[in-house]
Amino acid sequence: MSAPDSREVILEARALTREFDGVKALDAFSFKLHRGEVLGLLGANGAGKTTAMNCLLGLTLPSSGGLYAFGLELQKHRIEILRRANFSSAYTSLPGNLLVWQNLLVFARIYGVREPRKRIDELLEMMEISHLRKRVTGQLSAGESTRVNLCKAFLNKPELLMLDEPTASLDPDIADKVRKVVRRVQRDSNCAILYTSHNMKDIEEVCDRVIFLHKGKIVMEGTPMEIVERSEGASLEDVFIKIARDGEIVDAAAAKLAKEESV
Amino acid sequence: MNFRVVSALILRHLFLYIRSPMRLVELIFWPVVELLIWGYLTMFIQENTTGDFPRIITYLLGAMILWDVIFRAQQGVAISFLEDVWTRNLLNVFVAPVRTSEFLAATFGVGLLRILITVAVLSMMALALYSFNVFKLGWTLLPFFMNLMVSGWALGMISTALILRWGQAAESLAWAVPFFIQPLVAVFYPVSAIKPEWLQSVSLALPPTHVFEGMREVLSTGVFSWEKFGWAVGLNIVFMAIAGSIFAWMLTMTRKRGLLTKFATQ
Ligand SMILES: Nc1ncnc2c1ncn2[C@@H]1O[C@H](COP(=O)(O)OP(=O)(O)O)[C@@H](O)[C@H]1O
Ligand SMILES: [Mg+2]
Repeated sequence: MSAPDSREVILEARALTREFDGVKALDAFSFKLHRGEVLGLLGANGAGKTTAMNCLLGLTLPSSGGLYAFGLELQKHRIEILRRANFSSAYTSLPGNLLVWQNLLVFARIYGVREPRKRIDELLEMMEISHLRKRVTGQLSAGESTRVNLCKAFLNKPELLMLDEPTASLDPDIADKVRKVVRRVQRDSNCAILYTSHNMKDIEEVCDRVIFLHKGKIVMEGTPMEIVERSEGASLEDVFIKIARDGEIVDAAAAKLAKEESV
Repeated sequence: MNFRVVSALILRHLFLYIRSPMRLVELIFWPVVELLIWGYLTMFIQENTTGDFPRIITYLLGAMILWDVIFRAQQGVAISFLEDVWTRNLLNVFVAPVRTSEFLAATFGVGLLRILITVAVLSMMALALYSFNVFKLGWTLLPFFMNLMVSGWALGMISTALILRWGQAAESLAWAVPFFIQPLVAVFYPVSAIKPEWLQSVSLALPPTHVFEGMREVLSTGVFSWEKFGWAVGLNIVFMAIAGSIFAWMLTMTRKRGLLTKFATQ
């Protein structure tokens, strides 16, 4: 495992468990996200990534376990926390019948952004979509719409950003652009990002650290480099497939490795 | 309650109405059709019978316009919510620093705007076509409107709670909610016309009943009953509290079941 991180803890889950009809979508899931860190939540479809994110956003209540952001308990300080956070997902969209600038203005006001129009211009420019300002949101391509969603997600200069599969449904070229812009904004603002994906490129390029989920449990954790090293040279993609097909085997390997390291 | 947040949520709906004028048509079309039907019907009855009919015209048209206040307020609340479901925007709102009370307040604001448009159109048409001047009700109109609007908000919250609980399958049911109570709130006839008699006490427990009874009293005697007004206000407070609790309860249930995101992203 990597050396303990001394930066401020922005987000923390303690033994987070969420059951759906007796099946654990998340099983005693614990992690810490530090200021300025990009943490990737990786796993096959159904691994529990979205459930984890929904619990962290307060959209889904956990069956048990604790959730803290900025040192505050999530359920008790939800509004306070959400003011300093933001979210974007491939599965939500801004109202399709409004123009891009109208949608961004509405959310800028909700978040209480100062000088909203200036901030919107700034973000549109950063995402290289200034020309879309007056377009109807519902008529944008997947790539354009993803970038508009990201503008919304950066409006309030969040200290904590949650991105649920932001590159899903994008072609490789646009996905690459999105990754680069996320990484750039993240470096400029030093925000912490929780990033779910099943795309290896995302993980290699964007994430400082990765958690592999399988059936709601952490089966592997570390920097992308460490994971590849530990898997005896197999690519991240190979590791992913192994975990997806048989989480338990890799689990055992990880346990063995963890043991070796602690000696 | 943060007014900036509420006004931002209302702004989103203003943009929507400005961008798609077809939505305004919907606000005007049905009330106009209703007004024509009720207007012609009462004129026909009037021509073919003798008796105290000018007053009945007044009752029916007045009742129709006032009923639309409830209906529009209820729709305003339900549509504001559904608009976010339809456009997959609900999650964006629910992960933003928006309190449930602020979210609801914005839907109430949209309800108020819808009422203002509909009632303005109806009142002008009723005056032009049937020489029925709704403003004959004078200043008493305001307390009537306010009470009916609040009842509409309460019904809107119940509609929204139904959709939260049963998903979009419950949409048509949600639209029908005001009509469940319509027979009992004495819109077009006095409470005494409701049979069997025990149903009359149910009727009197509903806030709009006292408004419609009060309206008839003003139209026939010119006297505004403070007692009926008091009942309407008191019962409305109770109804808002009940409807608000049902909504909040359903929201918590939906979070517990993990279904908020499910139907928000479908
Ligand atoms: N509301 C729900 N009701 C029942 N099961 C659910 C619900 N939400 C998620 N699940 C289940 O939880 C598991 C994890 O799902 P999810 O978190 O969406 O996975 P991922 O995002 O990693 O693809 C899946 O088996 C899914 O079917
Ligand atoms: Mg997912």
